[in-house]
Amino acid sequence: MSEQTISAKNKHWLTICQTSDLIKDSGICALIEQEFEEKQVAIFHLPNTEKQVYAVGNYDPIGQANVLYRGIVGSVGDDIVVSSPLYKQHFCLTTGKCLQEDKYIEVFPARIIDDYVQLFV
Amino acid sequence: MSSNNQQLVEKQKVVVVGNGMVGHHFVEQLAQLRTANPAIEITVLSAESRLAYDRVHLSEYFSGKTAADLAMTDEKTYQEWGVKFQTDAKVIYIDRANKQIVTKNDEVIEYDKLILATGSYPFVPPIPGKDRDHCLVYRTIDDLDDIQASAKVSKVGVVIGGGLLGLEAANALTALGLKTHVVEFAPQLMGVQIDAGGGRLLKEKIEALGVQVHTSKATRIIEDGDECRYKLCFSDDTVLETDLILFSAGIRPYDNLAKSFGLEMGERGGIVINNQCQTSDENIYAIGECALWNNFIFGLVAPGYNMAKVAAKHIMGEQASFTGADMSTKLKLMGVEVGSIGDAHAKTTGALTYTYENQPEGIYKKIVVSSDKTKMLGAVLIGDTSEYDSLLQYMLNAIDLPASPEALILPSSGEKPTLGVDALPDNAIICSCHNVTKGDIISSIDQGACTLGDVKTCTKASTGCGGCTALLKNVADKEFSSRGVEVKKDICEHFAYSRREIFDIVNVEKIKTFDELLASHGKGHGCEVCKPLTASILASVWNDYILKKPHLSLQDTNDTYLGNMQKDGTYSVVPRVAGGEITPDKLIALGQVAKKYKLYTKITGGQRVDLFGARVEELPPIWQELIDAGFETGHAYGKSLRTVKSCVGSIWCRFGVQDSVAMAIALENRYKGLRAPHKIKFGVSGCTRECAEAQSKDIGIIATEKGWNLYVCGNGGMKPRHGDLFAIDIDDETLVNYIDCILMFYVRTGDRLQRTSVWMDNMEGGLAYLQSVIIEDSLKLTDYLQAQMAAIIGTYQCEWKTTLSDPEALKRFKPFVNSSKPDSNIIFVQERDQIRPATTDEKIAQRSQTVKITNAGKIAEEA
Ligand code: SRM
Ligand SMILES: Cc1cc2nc3c(=O)[nH]c(=O)nc-3n(C[C@H](O)[C@H](O)[C@H](O)COP(=O)(O)OP(=O)(O)OC[C@H]3O[C@@H](n4cnc5c(N)ncnc54)[C@H](O)[C@@H]3O)c2cc1C
Ligand code: SF4
Ligand code: FES
Repeated sequence: MSEQTISAKNKHWLTICQTSDLIKDSGICALIEQEFEEKQVAIFHLPNTEKQVYAVGNYDPIGQANVLYRGIVGSVGDDIVVSSPLYKQHFCLTTGKCLQEDKYIEVFPARIIDDYVQLFV
Repeated sequence: MSSNNQQLVEKQKVVVVGNGMVGHHFVEQLAQLRTANPAIEITVLSAESRLAYDRVHLSEYFSGKTAADLAMTDEKTYQEWGVKFQTDAKVIYIDRANKQIVTKNDEVIEYDKLILATGSYPFVPPIPGKDRDHCLVYRTIDDLDDIQASAKVSKVGVVIGGGLLGLEAANALTALGLKTHVVEFAPQLMGVQIDAGGGRLLKEKIEALGVQVHTSKATRIIEDGDECRYKLCFSDDTVLETDLILFSAGIRPYDNLAKSFGLEMGERGGIVINNQCQTSDENIYAIGECALWNNFIFGLVAPGYNMAKVAAKHIMGEQASFTGADMSTKLKLMGVEVGSIGDAHAKTTGALTYTYENQPEGIYKKIVVSSDKTKMLGAVLIGDTSEYDSLLQYMLNAIDLPASPEALILPSSGEKPTLGVDALPDNAIICSCHNVTKGDIISSIDQGACTLGDVKTCTKASTGCGGCTALLKNVADKEFSSRGVEVKKDICEHFAYSRREIFDIVNVEKIKTFDELLASHGKGHGCEVCKPLTASILASVWNDYILKKPHLSLQDTNDTYLGNMQKDGTYSVVPRVAGGEITPDKLIALGQVAKKYKLYTKITGGQRVDLFGARVEELPPIWQELIDAGFETGHAYGKSLRTVKSCVGSIWCRFGVQDSVAMAIALENRYKGLRAPHKIKFGVSGCTRECAEAQSKDIGIIATEKGWNLYVCGNGGMKPRHGDLFAIDIDDETLVNYIDCILMFYVRTGDRLQRTSVWMDNMEGGLAYLQSVIIEDSLKLTDYLQAQMAAIIGTYQCEWKTTLSDPEALKRFKPFVNSSKPDSNIIFVQERDQIRPATTDEKIAQRSQTVKITNAGKIAEEA
């Protein structure tokens, strides 16, 4: 499949939205338009966890649709995960690893600065 | 053999003589085993004019079953299995030297292995006159046709023989409207299975049913009668007049072939076999009622099936041996429960007996125990067989008896010592109909069965006569609780509670949010199991608007977006069409919305219309238009009431006896929005023709002349279940009261994702229990259940309407937080004049064209 081609040095922190746009314990989706491709990023807000915001690719490699931000978040053991709304597999929000199948999703560094949500893309 | 087969190995020819129950079972077994080795050719020769049928249920032929209903196979099935067969082809000659047999039609057939499954024939005592017309036997479908014909021109019938079959035959004669007598040579009925005391009681019970029993009577001659067709003259010089005589004086093995062609025979008949079911000629096997094993003939079908299995395996070169069978029986004869276990006659040396007799209530129980009183040897039960299962287990598994064995059959004055299921060994047969052992049940649980229902599905246990239900439940429950760790009722890793417990916690502790519940009773961050479950309970208990902020993150996407997510991430739109009734204007409005948003449109199986292919951002405008046209949400996404299917009923249908449409609409409106462990469907039919298929619904209602019949816990879907008849001829008000309580009781006690059918299958006490809770109010719960339902009904809101008036909630329907572009991965193609999601290949092909197709022209057209 098409791997990310842009090198790290072109990456930067991009402001996506305000913290008030986040939904507690749930996800929203951002569209990142880069030179050759559009990228959909699912951003989850879990205020009761250390990292607070998590960002992963929105594409579900198993269900093959852009749906992950609409999944339910929670934990499996110590992993913070999202469960795909299509077929319920868990993806770890910190590593991108699928806990049921040998599949990965992309993980993006994310942070909250002042009242803004930023992604490193 | 045809020439193109020549390169194949020469086929091994297996010829089966007789196509009774056991012969057929053999064919079935061999056909299955043979798939690994197709070089076996099976030929079946039946002396009867039809292929195998269920002789055990033969009597049901008189209660409406047809020959086709009783058939165990048919020509097409045998053809599919590649089995050659002939009917009306009695085998009359065996040429063992040349390995050939000859049929009565002079056809010669070669064999490599010959299977004799010739069964037995009714013994007719050599009484002068026995061959006259209207002197009949009870063994085949043809016999039953003869009996039926004769009964038409008879008034009185006599069964000669008071054994198990004789009583069954007597029952058949009464059912055919004859005045019926049973004549028994011995001093008691059913002498093989039960003792004198039991026989005496059985006689009383049967006479109470109008059948006259004459014991200790030997028939000398059959003469012309004075009032009836014939007169039976007994050796004690008494007489009995009758029009029809049915001989049921025992069976004899059909062993004439073996006798004529030199196979070893038992002294009193029967073809001698070894543990592999081979006769004295190693290429000839005998199975079923014609076979004599260890000097014993088994007159039951289960041991015959075992022999069939053993013989089939042996022919395929597998290890197997027949090691005998238990002959215990439990049955209902003319409504009288009779059970016989093991050594019913206390023939074992030193055997001791305990007897309990209750003449007024017609109950007789006896147990036979070993001389040291530690082991059960046998038992006789008449009038009440409730202890049959556990007594049988004591005997079969040689379990040590309690100190006072009589306590096992005495009426429960104190605590009855129940047989701990732990005491049963793994090979204890729990369900004899399907030969399921305790070990089979345990391994089904090992393999993931987590409810009683699962265990039944996996093992088939308790799906035959049902006699083992209680025992099965004991074994399974014990097993579930003993592995508290693996098969706990915990809903997930975050809560060590069952759904029912969480329901009570929420209710009692007045918990209103998931966070509160997690903080007080859970751990971790929750998951896709406990979150929607809690949301559903919060909705059932408090009926809060489902998208209220604190609940939002708990819902499955279907509930969050109030639509069902489809494979490509779009949603479906299903407005409620209560009872399936819709005005032309509304139908047009639906069509206009579908057309405007280019939605794929389909009539559902639930009498309404589903519009597919709506993107998240299109959902609010679509629903706005639908609500403006008078629609409301159909909850197709929720674990809640789906549809109340109706038939047109008395308003139009010439057969309708009640207004089923009005009732369906009223019920759908009453319960819409109710959150439950799983979805709920209703059906209301206007008469017994049942066009609304109500009996396959969670709640099924069928109109009667006097009111309504209520069925509960039916299911279509993966494992269909016929609803149970809960109440008869009830009026509108009672109907609604019952449904309120049943639904609320289900909402309270059902497990997560447990349809009412599974809920019922797992309910201790089953239908009768539910009836006692709801109709008799045995738990003093109905007032509460009704109040709770009333509260929920009072707070109904259309979730789409509420959502559309809340700008905060609408924010969620924006595809991206930072852009209003649509998702470019959602691509449709046209098929049969409508859209459908593009396949991956189609997407790749389209992408490589240009940007213009990203929307497949699906952006809303302005009118
Ligand atoms: C649309 C429809 C099929 C159709 O084109 O006709 C349908 C579609 C779906 N059914 Fe169904 N079922 C539909 C009628 C039925 C029926 C027939 C009926 O209701 O008369 C049955 C069998 C009857 C029954 O439920 O007892 C039925 C038994 C199921 C089952 C199996 C339930 C079971 O107890 O075994 C599932 C799976 C589940 O719920 O876990 C299911 C699940 C589904 C889901 C929700 C699967 C999913 O998660 O995507 C489908 C999505 C619906 C959607 O997107 O709107 N659907 N489904 C029907 C919608 C009826 C309606 O108007 O609401
Ligand atoms: C009314 C009734 C109720 C019963 N109830 C029960 C019950 O509740 N439980 C139970 O376990 N058992 C019951 N039985 C007994 C059970 O039906 C038999 O045990 C079982 O049918 C035996 O099967 P089989 O194949 O050995 O013999 P059969 O079913 O008798 O089949 C033998 C077949 O071989 C044919 N045949 C004979 N000779 C030849 C030949 N030379 N060439 C070709 N074909 C030949 C016969 O015509 C017959 O069709 C009942 C029987 C009857 C009649
Ligand atoms: S039967 Fe299966 S495929 Fe068809 S609608 Fe129901 S769930 Fe979907
Ligand atoms: S014993 Fe008949 S169903 Fe189990």
